[in-house]
Amino acid sequence: MMAVRNLLIVAALAGIGVALAWVLWGILTGPAGDRLADLALARVPETGVSNPVTSVLLNFRAYDTLLELAVLLAAALGVWSTGKALPGFLPAGEVLRGLTATVVPLLVLSAGYMLWVGAHAPGGAFQAGALLGAAGVLLRLSGQPSAGLPALPWLRVGVGLGVLVFTLAALVLMAMGAGFLTFPLGIAKWLILVIETAATLAIGATLAAVYLAGEPLPASDAPCRQGGPRS
Amino acid sequence: MIDWLALAVALPLLGAVGAVMLPGRAPAIGLAGAVLTTSAALSVGLLVAQGTALRSDLGGWGAPLGIALAADGLSAALLVMANLVALCISVYALDYFGAGSRRHFWPLWLLLWAALNGLFLAADLFNLYVTLELLGISAAALGALTGRPEAVGANLRYLLVGLLGSMTYLLGVALLYAGLGTLDLKLAAAALTPGPLAWTVFALMVGGLLLKAALFPLHFWLPPAHAQAPAPVSAALSALVVKAAFYLVLRLWVDLFGAVTDGGAATLLGALGTGAVVWGSWRAFRAERLKLLAAYSTVAQVGYLFLFFPLLAEAPATQRQDLLGAVLLLALTHGFAKAGLFLSAGLLQKAAGHDRIADLGPSIQGLPAVALAIGLAGVALVGLPPSGTFIAKWVLLSSAIGSGQWWWAPGVVLGTLLASAYVFRVLANAFERGPRHGSLHDARGELAAAPVSIGRLAQAVPLLMTLIAVAVLGLEAEPLWDLLQDRSP
Amino acid sequence: MPAGRTPVLITQLIYGLGGLVLFLIGIWSFLVHEPLLRKLIALNVMGAGVFHVLIAVAYRGLETIPDPVPHALVLTGIVVAVSATALALTLGLRLGHGDD
Repeated sequence: MMAVRNLLIVAALAGIGVALAWVLWGILTGPAGDRLADLALARVPETGVSNPVTSVLLNFRAYDTLLELAVLLAAALGVWSTGKALPGFLPAGEVLRGLTATVVPLLVLSAGYMLWVGAHAPGGAFQAGALLGAAGVLLRLSGQPSAGLPALPWLRVGVGLGVLVFTLAALVLMAMGAGFLTFPLGIAKWLILVIETAATLAIGATLAAVYLAGEPLPASDAPCRQGGPRS
Repeated sequence: MIDWLALAVALPLLGAVGAVMLPGRAPAIGLAGAVLTTSAALSVGLLVAQGTALRSDLGGWGAPLGIALAADGLSAALLVMANLVALCISVYALDYFGAGSRRHFWPLWLLLWAALNGLFLAADLFNLYVTLELLGISAAALGALTGRPEAVGANLRYLLVGLLGSMTYLLGVALLYAGLGTLDLKLAAAALTPGPLAWTVFALMVGGLLLKAALFPLHFWLPPAHAQAPAPVSAALSALVVKAAFYLVLRLWVDLFGAVTDGGAATLLGALGTGAVVWGSWRAFRAERLKLLAAYSTVAQVGYLFLFFPLLAEAPATQRQDLLGAVLLLALTHGFAKAGLFLSAGLLQKAAGHDRIADLGPSIQGLPAVALAIGLAGVALVGLPPSGTFIAKWVLLSSAIGSGQWWWAPGVVLGTLLASAYVFRVLANAFERGPRHGSLHDARGELAAAPVSIGRLAQAVPLLMTLIAVAVLGLEAEPLWDLLQDRSP
Repeated sequence: MPAGRTPVLITQLIYGLGGLVLFLIGIWSFLVHEPLLRKLIALNVMGAGVFHVLIAVAYRGLETIPDPVPHALVLTGIVVAVSATALALTLGLRLGHGDD
């Protein structure tokens, strides 16, 4: 019975796959041409940054980015609502702890660089935030129960910072007459940098926080499931 | 220059952030956010009702490069309904959650609200994907708030199924962008020509959305998820979240794929809708627990909404207005009625400690306001006059018979009969006066021993909502038809 | 079709069709496998498939700047997928799926 069902699924998906492949072939050999590329690249100078992807993310389609930061916030809140952080699985070994002490500062530095360079080269808030999140995960793996994050009240501020700064900037611009999320050319570069900085902190904090799978405990209360620290 | 469309999304986002950062004041911030957001939504509704459709190009870039928000008669009406229902749920929720849960509830609730408003006002197809994800994540997280394994399991399934739907929808959007070079709803509609691309994109996008709208047989995730969630969340899930997915199917059908769809797809949706009506109503009739009954009733109501598609496909232009008005009226009425029913069920559950229908008698008798609310909700769900559902079902049946598609009618009739049966099953307990477990014949004496007291405000909310569903929407449905006139500026 | 477009087309087809294959494998795995972790991986593979299609659409050749819009869409999509996966994993952990 299960075998028949699985076979039917495979057959159906194969059929769908053929249809999709045919449509994709038609699209790629068709006249769609350059789509939005030329239009976007032509207007990049009006956005305040020179990296086209950053222009799209933080200016043309800034509203998408705002909602995406809200998605991250929702995930963090959802994770926190399930309970307290879980204990670690294994205590960290010496090598990991030693290396972490070197790697984490490098990660933080790289994150800062990524954030800055995103205006004119590949990089930006999400990449930088991912590096910070990785630093937090590494800290957690090497034995720090708080993953390098501040205590809960400040962590709440950190996680909400991206949405807060972005929304406030947009509302202030609206109140000033420019329009919701309309960045005037003169201040666009700095506005985007401010927003991206807040977003980087928020993304890093969120990614590290969800790795804890729950609300963080005070530092002393996070035993491992298997044994104590080896030494 | 106040951009009410943007405010409708920005205000709940701000409220959510405030509730996160100041958890001690979460309920107050939450309620303030609720009131402000509803005001923004009402402004949008008023502006659209008075004049033209609204459109806002965020960032000043304009389609196809930028993202736009838009509100016409259909989306404005649903927006107003959703915000009013959400406001009522917020007031109800002030007292519902204990100290531990409320700092989790309010920020997630406001994020869900922002997603709903963003969805109704969206005019960009990828933006819809992000909005759908925000909606799904916050809804699943809220549904699992009680922490009970059944609730967590049911909402995890909801999250996974929702992700499956979103990914399918996203593939559709990717192919559409590849083929047409735009993500804007209006521009894509103008550029789309019938052909394999249109059909594929249609199947992918609508297919993904059907999972989220819980159309039979893709409804399996809904009853456990809605029944296990806390009452305010169940109300929002059934009345609003599922409605939002249906709205998207309707919007895409009418606006984007209008030239492409033919009778075949419409007939399929109608057949599935009939299945939903019959199966959902039957399972509701057989349900042991009140919230499960209400959840299956939602499955049936979604079926009724989808039954309009084959009629829309065959109707001449003059009748389309009527049909669209009827489906809108049905959606609005169900929103208020189902939310009122779930909130009432929540109150009964608090009073009795359980929601087994057979044993709810003393609780119903002790809370007459709640009993009245359930009765009115029943009137709206069955479709008795003067509720909006009556008008909508009338239009549905007369259109089906009038256009020669009489085969849609039996399902509707059967569903209505079953609905009457399950509504009366619940209400019968309110009239039963037999002896219970050794207590005296005095129902009030029973309840005096119960340790839980139900606040007056909490009782008033569902009553108000079901009153709107039955009286206001039923008697004052005219303006809706005007609202649906073409309002392009 | 101009001859100069053929290498671009071949690259686009490789990644685009590859993306579709990933998408279908993801759906198959989601429907067929039971454990939560496999379903989550399946969803992520589906996502990777869609992202492949978008990147393929954005490619315009080695000498030309690619279309930035699909790249931004993919970035957004990745973050959204990660958030949803995080929540699903945590809910699953609470249910006791930690040993799947």
